[in-house]
This record gives sequence, structure tokens and C-alpha cells, in this order.
Amino acid sequence: MADNTFDIIIIGGGPGGYVAAIRAAQLGFKTAVVEREHLGGICSNWGCIPTKALLRSAEIFTYFGHAKDYGLMAEKFGFDIAAIIKRSRGIAGQMNSGVQFLFKKNKITTIWGDAKITKPGEIAVTAPTKGVLGPPVEGPKGALGAGTYKAAHIIVATGARPRVLPGLEPDKKQVWTYFEAMNPDKFPKSLLVVGSGAIGVEFASFYRALGAEVTIVELLPQILPVEDAEIAAFARKQFEKQGIKIITGAKVTKLDKKADSVTATIDVGGKAEMITAEKVISAVGVVGNIENIGLEAAGVKTDKGIVVTDGYGRTNVKGIYAIGDVAGPPMLAHKAEHEGVTTVEMIKGLKVHALDKAKVPGCTYCNPQIASVGLTETKAKEQGRQVKIGRFPFIGNGKAIALGEPEGLCKTIFDAKTGELLGAHLAGAEVTELIQGFVVAMNCETTEEELMHTIFPHPTLSETMKESVLDAYGRVLNM
Amino acid sequence: MPINILMPALSPTMEQGNLVKWLKKEGDKVKAGDVIAEIETDKATMEVEAVDEGTLGKILVAEGTNDVAVNKPIAVLFEEGEDASAVSAAPAEQPKTAAAPEAKKEEPKKEEPKVEAAKAEPAKPAPVAAPVPAPKANGAGVKVFASPLARRIAKERGVNLSAIAGSGPHGRIVKKDVESARPGAGAPAAAGGGAFGLPLMPDDQIRALFEPGSYDVVPHDGMRRTIATRMQQSMIVVPHFFLAVDFEVDALLKLREEMNSYAPKEDGKPVWRVSVNDLIVKAFALTLKKHPNANASWTEGGMLRHHNVDIGIAVAIPGGGLITPILRNAQDKPLPELAQESSNLAKRARDKKLKPHEYQGGTAAISNLGMYGVKHFTAIVNPPHSTILAVAASEKRPVVVGDKIEIRTMMTATLSCDHRVVDGADAANIMQTLKGFVEKPVGLVM
Ligand SMILES: Cc1cc2nc3c(=O)[nH]c(=O)nc-3n(C[C@H](O)[C@H](O)[C@H](O)COP(=O)(O)OP(=O)(O)OC[C@H]3O[C@@H](n4cnc5c(N)ncnc54)[C@H](O)[C@@H]3O)c2cc1C
Repeated sequence: MADNTFDIIIIGGGPGGYVAAIRAAQLGFKTAVVEREHLGGICSNWGCIPTKALLRSAEIFTYFGHAKDYGLMAEKFGFDIAAIIKRSRGIAGQMNSGVQFLFKKNKITTIWGDAKITKPGEIAVTAPTKGVLGPPVEGPKGALGAGTYKAAHIIVATGARPRVLPGLEPDKKQVWTYFEAMNPDKFPKSLLVVGSGAIGVEFASFYRALGAEVTIVELLPQILPVEDAEIAAFARKQFEKQGIKIITGAKVTKLDKKADSVTATIDVGGKAEMITAEKVISAVGVVGNIENIGLEAAGVKTDKGIVVTDGYGRTNVKGIYAIGDVAGPPMLAHKAEHEGVTTVEMIKGLKVHALDKAKVPGCTYCNPQIASVGLTETKAKEQGRQVKIGRFPFIGNGKAIALGEPEGLCKTIFDAKTGELLGAHLAGAEVTELIQGFVVAMNCETTEEELMHTIFPHPTLSETMKESVLDAYGRVLNM
Repeated sequence: MPINILMPALSPTMEQGNLVKWLKKEGDKVKAGDVIAEIETDKATMEVEAVDEGTLGKILVAEGTNDVAVNKPIAVLFEEGEDASAVSAAPAEQPKTAAAPEAKKEEPKKEEPKVEAAKAEPAKPAPVAAPVPAPKANGAGVKVFASPLARRIAKERGVNLSAIAGSGPHGRIVKKDVESARPGAGAPAAAGGGAFGLPLMPDDQIRALFEPGSYDVVPHDGMRRTIATRMQQSMIVVPHFFLAVDFEVDALLKLREEMNSYAPKEDGKPVWRVSVNDLIVKAFALTLKKHPNANASWTEGGMLRHHNVDIGIAVAIPGGGLITPILRNAQDKPLPELAQESSNLAKRARDKKLKPHEYQGGTAAISNLGMYGVKHFTAIVNPPHSTILAVAASEKRPVVVGDKIEIRTMMTATLSCDHRVVDGADAANIMQTLKGFVEKPVGLVM
């Protein structure tokens, strides 16, 4: 095979792309990844990981504030935003070189530059023209550069970028996207967060924990719109207790920028309200990177900013596949990774299953953490399901009380007829680590019976999961 | 170390295929890329390439074998210096799925998932996927792997898990498999047999074989489902065998004519009319009376030997479907009464007006396609019956009588038997007795 010819070329080195590449290499494919600014993608560099690093600093800071509750003394404590950011960026860098190492280990070729599909089976790569922070970033050692490359299979994994709403255009200075919010020059005293999805509430939690005045504006009547209404209401109460101001059913209609503040006009059910803050974070969602990569010319079907695929990553054009954020919601790293593996295995001819979106968990690392999988109560009822619902509050859990984290809720939804676990929704300490138990249960198609037969270790927060299941069947023990 | 060559998957949905042909013999040297065999799926025939170099040591699956599970070892490849003595030791730890065919140059236009001719997968031990278990009859001691949810739904819907194929890991039955087995498709075990609901292929796979818009989807009505389930159950559970005998029916036809000429009349119309079928019903009933071991139903607990001969007559329903009303105590009923009853039942069957007790049960059945000029056919036993007689057309044939050829009216009848109940010699005897009644029909009226 010529040096510029591969079995599989993947455009984009995010969690979708890099994991697909490793799986492809494992299966014996000659594999290349084209990346233009950061191996590891948004997730490692500007998403999941660096935000979790920031939130960890905020969490420990919050503990300091409650030291007395634990019999500890921490009378003088503070934070250095520059150091917090430095830690976060350092961790992002560590992730990035981790991917480089994995590529080397698996003999995956990196091609550095902007890729564009010229026709099915062929791409053109040009040197990158810019990076997130301005100037283009240099590629890792040994990466190939600009040129034409061929592969029978081209996987598009170009990810997503912040959605821009008219009137709310980010300007890097006062109106931020997650890029600036993750990397501020100085700590803002007040902040207006537009949008209450995962990204919005995570930044709200982070900045509030460190003392900023934070207001969240959400268009829909519920914050965390994809979550179960009961969990979202629970989270809202906790946020408000922490001093976050939340306005739902509201729309930002205008931004007036002054030298060191922005005044937003907000339409709340027909009434105008003004909110002034030092910075605005626009967190109104993301859109797929479908432009300028040759999709139109190749005839690849797209719809509302994402590439249309068939559940196995196949597009309508033979030999062109799409995975991850660019292939549509849920726009989460683990969904991207899973699609990457499925698509490559399908190309290999292995037995694979189409993505089941109902079994993709979602985690939000605000305080309290939110984690869920499957149908919300509303959705389950909309589908005409007869349901049995269990709830268990953390206050009934010994470990939660010992941790000093008695605020939490575990809610489970079962099909009343078959005992199928339809959904699980959690809020509280460490629930992002708990949810996988329910995800495994769902994938193994357990019913309530096996969950009740399972012994959950004591004392752990996971006992709330079992109690919630018991509650759904009227057998709760510790309430 | 000898390398197992595995049955490759040509598409993500492929679970098994047919090994059509070996293109290399045992002992032949092969190079990576050599075409070694042809396999066939429901969709296409494709070539299997070797992914390693060596000698084709042993062919494990003979050509012409159908339904070979994906990942099942089909041959063993020896590397240099190895020979057959290594076969018994051929480990399953180094399986290699044979490379699927060069798909690159053909650039197929179809929307099929393309199979890549990849280089050999690095020789890391990949688990040999357990062959997808073939659907099993409701045998005792067969362990069925199914998810708890699949079990729950199957129980609720009365689907027999041992009769469906699993699509989950290692062939495990998951919710989707049970749901696509359709409620009712696997009715719970009925008297005389196991329960079934065997989807040969998921609906969407079958539909995918046809152009969208090139067919209409006609929902099944209850009768269609019942026929499908019962016939499928029977063909899978009941060990069938068939025997055909020619009867001379001139005497029978003559008897019929004479009897009918004696029929009383009302308003100038005969009150009854004996048909050929009525005579056969009567003959068959008297025959079974003489062979009580065949007038029986199989149950696991013991043979039900029936005191009466209740004969189901298959009636085709206009617009599709069929039903078998039962002529009870046929052995004892005089022919005129039998004739009246059968024409009444048949009429109400065609109008779909039968009550359940009129078509349920029975000990044997008759299906008569004589009026369509059918020469010979076989029918499927409908448990709890243990036999069914398939009656073809009466026609004039040249027959050797003594040393002369004569023209006689002949009819071929074929008995289908449930071998759990009736053995071959019994069946032959039954047909002998029946032949006696048909050819010397005076016995039918005495
Ligand atoms: C602030 C924030 C927090 C998040 N937190 C979480 C979380 O906690 N959990 C979670 O699951 N998800 C989280 N996400 C979402 C997650 O980051 C994405 O779902 C994930 O990164 C998607 O992976 P991907 O491979 O599809 O795309 P990306 O990670 O976006 O990677 C795409 C890559 O393609 C490259 N690329 C694009 N176009 C070209 C081109 N033409 N040529 C060459 N290279 C190109 C880009 O440079 C990029 O590196 C978060 C996102 C954000 C923004």
C-alpha cells in the first residue's frame, strides 16, 4: 500500500475519532487520523476533562467553607484563579499527549492539517490556518502534513462547536463561549449564563462556588431540559440555595455592552427584565462541524447541522461514515467513542448492534451532580407505558450522612408489566459514578427482580439505587 | 501452531452461511489472499480468502454444508513443519476469521455493509464466538440463554424461548428477539406437542430483500396466524411419514349412484346426497375403528386411545384459509346422516359460522383435493390427530388386471402419520384395510 493510502482515514482526533482509530488498528486496518489542532478533541482539551479539573477545585474550595462541619479548621483559605486554570490546562495537555502515546503504540498515522473530502475514497489535507487560541498549533512529531490521501473508508469525526444565537454573538471578551469560560484572564465578579444544559450549569456551579454572582437564563420552563422534571426541580432548589439566580421561560433579547459590564434585556413571559453582569456565557448548545469538509460535494446528506447516519455510522454515501457529535445527539464523549468502535467493527464485518440512544447515560458535574439513563417519567408516560416509580432520598442513606451529603435523590422507572428498567435519574454526591450500575442492568436486560437480588455493599451511596428499586415495588427498607 | 480458519461474516447481520465449495484440497499450499472456499448467504455467494500462509491441513466442514455458524472453525491451516498430528491439539486460541472477499475493487453500489479485506488481525487470542445456537425444539435439558427481561416477556406472551434464536452476545436471547417472535407465534405447549414461534428471519430482514413499494403488507388475521402456528408446530414436532396407495373406485362410484337414487325427496329435491368424500370418510372411520392404536393422540403422559373415530374434514374458506369441522362418531353414523351432517358443517365452515366445539379435537382428518384434479399430494398432520388422509382425484387409468390392461377409475390416497403414534407397518395395514372398504364398498352400508 502506498504511503498516502490507508484502509481507514478518520477526520478528527476527538474521542470519537481516536477511539475508532485504536479499534481499527486492533482489527488490522492501516489507519490514519487527521487532526488540525488537538489530539483528544474537545473532550480532552476544551470539554469533559478540563471542566472536571476546574470543578474539582471548586468542590474542594466548597469543602473548605464547610470545614467546621467536619470538626476541621480552615479559617484562612482562598483561591488563585490562574493556578486553577493552570492545573486544568495541564491536565488537558496530559490527556493530549496520552492520545499521542496511544497512536504510537497502535501504529496509527497522524496527519496534521485541515482535511476535506475531495471524493469518496480521497481527502486533501492543507496546513492548519488557526487554533482555538489564535495561531495554528504545531502537530506532534512524526505526523504527516499537507497532501492528498486515499482510503476506502473515510470516517468523519469533526465534532461540534458552540451554537451562535443572533444578538448573542460571542466576542471572546465579554460574551464568552466555553473556550473563554474555561480560560479567563481574571475571575469575573458576576456572570450571566444563557442556557441551562450541562455546559451552562457546570460553569454556573464552578463560578458560584468560587463566589461569583451567577444568573442562569433558560428559555424552557425547566432547567436541565433533557433531565427528568423531578430531578431538574430538585437541582434547581439546590442551585438556588447556593445563591444562583435562575430565570426559566425567559429569553435574552438584547445585550448592551459597556466597558466592563454587559446588560442583558430578558423577556420573561412578555415582561422585560434587565440583568447586568461582568461577563456573559453563551451556552445555548452546539452545532456539528459539517462545513468545509467536502460533504456537499460528495453528496453526503446532512440535516439541521448534523450528518445523517443509520445507527451504524453509515452515511448515504458509500465509504463515508460519521460518528460523534457531528453525527448528532446525544453529544457526549462516550457516545462518540461507542459509535467509533461500532462503525469500525461494522466495516470489518463483525456482528454489531445499532446505537440504542435510550441506553446512553448522561452525566452533569454541577453541584449536586446529575446522572441519568433511559426514559424520563414524562417520556415513559408519553409512550403509553404503565410505570412503577421508585424514589429514595440520600437522607435515608448512612454513607451520604457520614459524607455530609444528605441532599440527593435516586429515582427509578420500571415498566409495570414487564419489570423492564426504563429509566434511572439521580442527583447528589458522586451520582455520576453510580449511574453505570443502572446502565449495566439495562444492557443486560435485568428486571427489578435481579436488581433486588443483587447485594449492594454497605455503606455506600449505591445502596440508594437498590432502595429506589425496592421503593418502586413498595418494599423500601430504610425510609 | 495450527491456525483455525473460521467461518467469516460477510455482513453485520450474517449469523450463518452455507459452505458451497472448497477450492483447495487438504494438503494444498495456500498463500495469504488465495481464494480457498466459496460461501453463500441468503444474499450472495462470496469467496473466502486465506489470511495466512501455510498448508490446508484439515477441512472440518465439508463442502455443501448449510447453515454453518459464523466463527465456527471450518478448516485448520498448518504453518511450516506442522502436520495432521497437530490437529487434535489444534487450539481454539488462535482463530482467524477468514478474510472476506476483496471488496475494494468492486466498489459495490448496493447499500450492503461492505466487508473489508483487511490484513490478518494481529495474532492476539480472540475468543472463538460460540456458534449461534440453532433453534432447538422443546427438548428437555436444553439450556436456553436469555436475558431476564426476555424471559419475563416470553412468559407473559407465551413464547417458547427454546424455539427462538438469540441475537445477543453468544447467541443470548434478548428482549428484541422475543418481541419479534410475535405474540401467539409461540403458543404455549398444546396437547401432543411442544410450543413454537420460530421466526426464520426477522421481519425487517425479509422486507429488506424486496424493493420498498414493490409489495403490500397484509395484516394476518387470526385464522392465518393459527394455521401458520399449528402447521409450523406440527412440521417441527411431529415426525411425519407418508404412504400412498391407489384405489379402484368404480364400485364405490356405483354404490354412490345407487344410494343417491334412493334418497327421499322434498319439494322434488333429494334430502341428502352422498359424496365420494362421505364414502371415504366412512371408509376411513371404519378402518380406524379396526386399528384402534392409530385412532390415538400422543401426549407426554401416555397415548390417548380414543373410543370414537372423529374425523376432521378440511374445508377451504372462500377468500383464503381453511378449517376442519369434525364429523364425530363417523364409524357409527349411517351414510345418509353422515352426508347431511358433512354438507351442513361444510357450508357453515365456509360462512365462518362454526362453533369451537365443531372444529376442535378430532382423532384423524381427511383433506380432499380431488375436485381440483390433483393427482397426488401429502398433508400435514394436525395434532391431536395422528393421521391425515390426502385424497386426490378419481380418474380413468389403464390398469393391469390379470394379464390384461383394462380401464378402471382410480384414485391415489396418501396417509400422513405421526410416527410417535403409528409405525410404518401399522400404516401399511391401515391402508390395506382402507383399500378393502373402498374397493368392496358394501361394507360401508352394512
Ligand atoms: C465544556 C464542555 C464540557 C463537556 N463535558 C462533557 C462531559 O462531561 N461528558 C461528556 O460525555 N461529554 C462532554 N462534553 C461533550 C464532549 O466534549 C463531546 O461530545 C466530544 O468531544 C465529542 O467527540 P467527537 O470526537 O465527536 O468530537 P470532538 O471532540 O469535537 O473532536 C473533533 C475533532 O476534529 C477536529 N477537526 C474538525 N474538523 C476537522 C478538519 N476538517 N480537519 C481536521 N480535523 C478536524 C477538531 O479539531 C477536533 O479535535 C463537553 C463539551 C464541552 C464543550
